[in-house]
Amino acid sequence: MTQRMGFFTDTSVCIGCKACEVACKEWNHVPEDGLNFTGMSYDNTEQLGADTWRHVAFIEQRKPLAEQEPGVDHEGPVPPLGAPPDAAPMTPMAPGEGGDLRWLMASDVCKHCTKAACLDVCPTGALFRTEFGTVVVQSDVCNGCGYCIPACPFGVIGQREDDGRAWKCTLCYDRIGDGLEPACAKACPTDSIQYGPLDELRERAAARVATLNDAGVDDARLYLADTDDGIRGAGAFFLLLDDPEVYGLPPDPIATTRDLPAMWRHAALAAAGLLGAGLLAFAGRA
Amino acid sequence: MAECHPVGFQWVMEAKARGAVVIHVDPRFTRTSALADLHVPIRAGTDIAFLGGLIHYILENGEYFREYLLAYTNAASIVREEFRDTEDLDGLFSGFIEEARKYDPRSWQYAGSEMPAPSREVDEELLLMTETARVEAHGSGGPEVAGEIQTDETLQHPRCVFQILKRHFARYTAEVVEQICGVPRESFDRVCRLVTENSGPERTTAIAYAVGWTQHTTGVQNIRAAAILQLLLGNIGRPGGGILALRGHANIQGSTDIPALFDLLPAYIPMPHLGQNEGLAAYLEDEAASKGYWGKMSTYMVSLLKAWWGEHATADNDYCFDYLPRLTGNHSTYHTVLKQMEGVCKGYLLLGENPATGSSNSRYQRMGLAALDWLVVRDFSLIESATWWKDGPEIETGEMRTEDIRTEVFFLPAAAHTEKSGSFTNTDRLLQWRDQAVEPAGDARSDLWFVYHLGRLIRERLADSDDPMDLPIKQLTWDYPTEGTQGEPSAEAVLAEINGFGPGGRHLGSYEELRDDGSTTCGCWIYCGVYADGVNQARRRKPGWEQDHVALEWGWAWPANRRILYNRASADPGGRPWSDRKAYLRWDAERGRWTGPDTPDFPPTRAPDHRPPPDAKGPDALSGTDAFIMQADGKAWLYAPAGIVDGPLPAHYEPQESPSDNLLYKYGRNPARELIEHPVNRYQPSDGKPGSEVFPYVTTTYRLTEHHTAGGMSRWVPYLSELQPEFFCEISPELAAERGLTHLGWATIVSARAVIEARVLVTERMTPLTVEGKRLHQIGLPYHWGNNGYSRGDSANELAHLSLDPNIHIQEVKAMACDIRPGRRPRGPAALELVREYRRRAGITERTGMEI
Amino acid sequence: MSEDAFTSYYGRPVLKPPVWKALDIAGYLFLGGLAGASSVLSAGAELTGRPRLARGTRIGAAGAIAVSLVALVHDLGRPGRFVNMLRVLKWTSPMSVGSWILSAYAPLAGAAAFSAVTGRLPRIGTAAAMAGGVAGPAVAAYTGVLLADTAVPGWHEGHRELPYLFVSSAAAAGGGLGLLVAPRAEVTPARRLGVAGGAAELLVARLMRARLGTVAEAYETGRARVLMRAAEALTGAGALTAALGRGDRRLSAAGGAALLAGSALTRFGVFEAGMTSSKDPKYTVVPQRARLRTG
Ligand SMILES: Nc1nc2c(c(=O)[nH]1)N[C@H]1C(S)=C(S)[C@@H](COP(=O)(O)OP(=O)(O)OC[C@H]3O[C@@H](n4cnc5c(=O)[nH]c(N)nc54)[C@H](O)[C@@H]3O)O[C@H]1N2
Ligand SMILES: Nc1nc2c(c(=O)[nH]1)N[C@H]1C(S)=C(S)[C@@H](COP(=O)(O)OP(=O)(O)OC[C@H]3O[C@@H](n4cnc5c(=O)[nH]c(N)nc54)[C@H](O)[C@@H]3O)O[C@H]1N2
Ligand code: SF4
Ligand code: SF4
Ligand code: SF4
Ligand code: SF4
Ligand code: SF4
Ligand SMILES: [Mo]
Repeated sequence: MTQRMGFFTDTSVCIGCKACEVACKEWNHVPEDGLNFTGMSYDNTEQLGADTWRHVAFIEQRKPLAEQEPGVDHEGPVPPLGAPPDAAPMTPMAPGEGGDLRWLMASDVCKHCTKAACLDVCPTGALFRTEFGTVVVQSDVCNGCGYCIPACPFGVIGQREDDGRAWKCTLCYDRIGDGLEPACAKACPTDSIQYGPLDELRERAAARVATLNDAGVDDARLYLADTDDGIRGAGAFFLLLDDPEVYGLPPDPIATTRDLPAMWRHAALAAAGLLGAGLLAFAGRA
Repeated sequence: MAECHPVGFQWVMEAKARGAVVIHVDPRFTRTSALADLHVPIRAGTDIAFLGGLIHYILENGEYFREYLLAYTNAASIVREEFRDTEDLDGLFSGFIEEARKYDPRSWQYAGSEMPAPSREVDEELLLMTETARVEAHGSGGPEVAGEIQTDETLQHPRCVFQILKRHFARYTAEVVEQICGVPRESFDRVCRLVTENSGPERTTAIAYAVGWTQHTTGVQNIRAAAILQLLLGNIGRPGGGILALRGHANIQGSTDIPALFDLLPAYIPMPHLGQNEGLAAYLEDEAASKGYWGKMSTYMVSLLKAWWGEHATADNDYCFDYLPRLTGNHSTYHTVLKQMEGVCKGYLLLGENPATGSSNSRYQRMGLAALDWLVVRDFSLIESATWWKDGPEIETGEMRTEDIRTEVFFLPAAAHTEKSGSFTNTDRLLQWRDQAVEPAGDARSDLWFVYHLGRLIRERLADSDDPMDLPIKQLTWDYPTEGTQGEPSAEAVLAEINGFGPGGRHLGSYEELRDDGSTTCGCWIYCGVYADGVNQARRRKPGWEQDHVALEWGWAWPANRRILYNRASADPGGRPWSDRKAYLRWDAERGRWTGPDTPDFPPTRAPDHRPPPDAKGPDALSGTDAFIMQADGKAWLYAPAGIVDGPLPAHYEPQESPSDNLLYKYGRNPARELIEHPVNRYQPSDGKPGSEVFPYVTTTYRLTEHHTAGGMSRWVPYLSELQPEFFCEISPELAAERGLTHLGWATIVSARAVIEARVLVTERMTPLTVEGKRLHQIGLPYHWGNNGYSRGDSANELAHLSLDPNIHIQEVKAMACDIRPGRRPRGPAALELVREYRRRAGITERTGMEI
Repeated sequence: MSEDAFTSYYGRPVLKPPVWKALDIAGYLFLGGLAGASSVLSAGAELTGRPRLARGTRIGAAGAIAVSLVALVHDLGRPGRFVNMLRVLKWTSPMSVGSWILSAYAPLAGAAAFSAVTGRLPRIGTAAAMAGGVAGPAVAAYTGVLLADTAVPGWHEGHRELPYLFVSSAAAAGGGLGLLVAPRAEVTPARRLGVAGGAAELLVARLMRARLGTVAEAYETGRARVLMRAAEALTGAGALTAALGRGDRRLSAAGGAALLAGSALTRFGVFEAGMTSSKDPKYTVVPQRARLRTG
């Protein structure tokens, strides 16, 4: 393997322009994903999936962003962020003190997990790990079994309705192979998406968190940068300004294949049990 | 800026990372606010009050940069005795001619020249002049300032600009700002502190604006207010300072430089007038300044005429000056529509514009189109301006029937920017060349192709004509080489012509080389040098990291590849940088020239202590401290003694349609604003007049990052449509509760012109304001939608009216008044009925809103 | 804030729910289990000389596995690419392992049934039945891992119990089938297996829910709740009827049918609960938060 490459997405500088979403679709010929006015702030993309490999989340919160002054003036209760917008009287938002307001934006993508459940469970070998340490689907091998889809702890990979196969971010395998930056990172005007060797990115990210914390942005933290976590660290990790679930990310994801040996043991025991029970059933008086 | 200039915004983020404080003043909390340190929600249309408050704070607390002010601005200049301020006349400046709703600006002049007695004749000339935006035609320099300027360096003289400024802004206190703008004291005080603390010799503050400031009846004055602020603080001509006009369409700067404007020739040379400006000499006498670089106008003009008519242009025939068309009145776009309806303008070419959706009061636009004999639309898709005759809103309401419309409509497919070579000029005046990536498909052709071949065919038809009227076309230089399979004219050849040639066909290197003896040609004097040495300088792509921070080898900036205009002001009068931290240009006494990382915006060898002889003209008349070299007095203007048609100083006026009273003046709205009286352009009562309560909400229109302008380039694109799939309005939870509007439901929005519907987005990003003691709600409307395309919706511009800034004829779509109610709008004739009912309720007549 | 209070992104799921269709996949789980346990029974019957039980369970196993394979292939996004399953053998992929198990087992079950129906190749048929009897439990058990090895909380959180649950449920179904097909003289082992399977199924299901914590809710709401309740009732009733109806052919058959139905409903219930748990972010966020809290 050559050097492991990945993304550091620094959401503290994301301006929600969605250039990453569009650039990804343009480069990879990802189909349109439907016109749906959602009422989820400015997010009409909703989630990652077969036809969306970059997704920018928009979160309105009654929370201060360090010393930022939002200038707005509101009282009254708000529907919590977790409320479905079509049933809410207004854009759901994290509750807090009226007059506080911050607007978080974050571009999400496949994490290219070190321990990638999708890849592990793929029965055909369509999902594979590249020389850059990324996780890619070979669409000519995929048979649409759909197993990778519930296996992913982030809900990243999805099935394309018309062709039944599974699709997700390739970390622009074709571009990085030619020494180019992935399309989304290239398009990102503020360098919210940073592409590079993972080790370097991790260092840069740690420094950035320290800077932000020093500047009073106490809630800046890294997500998936730690190689001890349930996926043994991601190839695409993030700087977040709130808990992961606020952004629709799992707080403590694990690749369930981690528990596979135990599961196989239980299955073997259970199978043996059935065989034993079967034999016992024939034992003794008829 | 994050919304509409996301790529440019990376530099704001970079500055922020280095400790810059970002302040965002906007009615809405936008993506820009999200990244700013301070968001100041403001009532739309009250920026002059806000900026006036800042100016007041600076003057009151002595926070101005005195040395800079004295050296480089007209603070010390003394104004005529006849001048009266809005403070004296309750909202009017002296010289207002009521019947014409226009100013005679002569009383605004500096003291020192006789004020000619007004005569009937002069007045008419004057009216034509203001109508045709003569002022803008004077480019950045403004018109000649007459006479010997008197000054008072102590700034004590009661009629010196500084004292006038103090009096004018005396009432713009923080309390008044709070009352008018709805900006609480604490926020405003914080802005005052931040801006002043960050200005001075060691620091600079930059202001960026775009159409949130311009699209008002006080558009130009908004920018003037910013200019005053920046000059008081010494923030012009210095690194990190300035007023950055963030531009629009990728090449909108280019299209003002080499204009698509009716009253300008390339590079801000004024278009001659009918009746006035007889003959080149008289024209130059009238228009050229005696001091500064506008003093060289003859060289620019003659070179331009030579570029256009080549060998036919000779000294004997005034270089074909008479071939130029003459202005006969106001031919700005909205007035042209009026002419369409009057049957005067019979044919129309729409090249890259979608007025049926994108222009203010779209119905008025379509009415104009429907009165034409023929219409040519060149675009990528069948935009609303091409199909209104079969599926426009008037067809739905029954106001128009397709079979009655006699306009012949031609649709020609246009090539996109990727399909042709050419340059873009951006916000930084930077020309950047782009090469063709693919050939246009099918019948699509570039606009250059269209114009060139159209001209060629017309010239072929006229080849045998003896009519002298045809000479300007027959003798035109029209010889561009064509290339490729489609006969595409060479865009580089056009650029070379714009750059200009000297004797022997040498590519010129700078406008300093231009002559008025017919020996040089130049299509746009400020672009002279872009093709120096026969090299396309706009095509240079040396990355920033391979050169210094000014990066002179990336693209090419006009004029003369200067990156900061008026950069002489970055050094003190003696030629030393104001501070090490902000060093840029310095006078190198040993070498006898100005040095620094940028091209000096000053005669390069003029010493700081140079004083010109009294009879010097043009650039020679500039002293070593006249940093503002395009100005007729070499000074930056805190007070504009001429050149602006609605007053020498910005004053707070309410928008044409506003639910609030003017707290400061009896004349509540810009007295000189342009109004258009027409049945489809009825105005609402305003300024607290009876009926204004029928339209109690302020509405503003704007852009979303995901879409582009009237939508021709985004609503047809699935990848963009899915990001913002529907027309919506943004409102606060408080307004939603007040009007029973539900999140994700529908809203019906009504003005005196139209009724439209939009999905509802309720969000705390929209905040109510307290204005003059009352709770005020604002409604946000992105204006991208129309009824064609992949993502469709009503157009916000249906609501809008035409009341224009009198200087540049821009529409006031940033601050309007309307009503909003839950549910979808009525269809067909019922929609018209609803609007009529509103008009009845508000008592609207053809005189409503026309008051001075 | 209570332990259960949590935030999410507009109530959106964190995970993607499986794209599998209930009828295909829950049906496959049931039929696979049924086939596996039937094969065990048929092997036992072979060894102990119970020809009618052997014949019935052989045919049942083959039929069940044939239908389940059709369901499996039907559920593939690209059925034509089923063979891609056999490109590799991956221990990390229960579906891969399962595919290999199935491709070993299905021919055995088929051969055994072919011989039973046609009476031809009896020796091969017997050998196949015996081998099938050994492979059968694997077919029944691996499906537990198949589901548990996903991020679906309702499944993965039960990864210790699911294999046992599925195997018990298979035993109940296999027993149930035996009860239906065997004459009185040969039915006892089927009854024993069915009753024991049913009882175990009930027990393990309860145990699993008790250990699932928050996620158990997914089994106790909506369609999953209905299905699980019905499964419990039918399995319970089936086991009881089968146990008590020793002397009565009709009661036995009814018990057998109930066990079969109960087993099927268990699989549909588990399937449904998994879907529910993947569609509501609560089931992802709350347990993960709890895990982070406890370290
Ligand atoms: N994505 C995208 N980018 C674009 C364009 C596009 O359509 N889409 N269009 C291009 C063009 S043509 C142009 S001209 C530029 C325009 O660029 P901008 O001027 O930035 O665009 P707008 O969104 O029209 O207006 C800017 C802001 O002004 C605010 N505003 C409204 N009224 C007032 C007011 O009275 N005072 C103040 N202070 N603010 C007010 C609005 O809320 C809005 O946020 O963008 C260019 N860039
Ligand atoms: N309410 C409201 N109204 C506004 C504004 C606002 O803020 N609020 N903003 C105003 C501003 S700043 C602007 S600039 C206008 C914009 O208004 P318009 O210029 O009328 O709108 P666009 O959609 O930009 O129209 C440009 C058209 O040119 C086409 N086009 C693109 N490239 C080419 C080309 O190379 N050749 C040709 N022939 N066609 C091409 C596109 O497909 C598109 O249809 O809207 C104005 N109107
Ligand atoms: S498990 Fe999910 S996030 Fe990780 S590599 Fe696979 S698809 Fe990407
Ligand atoms: S759907 Fe395709 S990529 Fe996913 S597990 Fe199945 S074969 Fe592999
Ligand atoms: S790396 Fe490539 S494939 Fe992945 S999100 Fe970015 S642009 Fe899309
Ligand atoms: S391109 Fe960059 S700034 Fe824009 S939305 Fe994507 S991550 Fe954010
Ligand atoms: S669309 Fe073009 S001009 Fe506008 S921000 Fe993006 S790159 Fe700049
Ligand atoms: Mo614009």
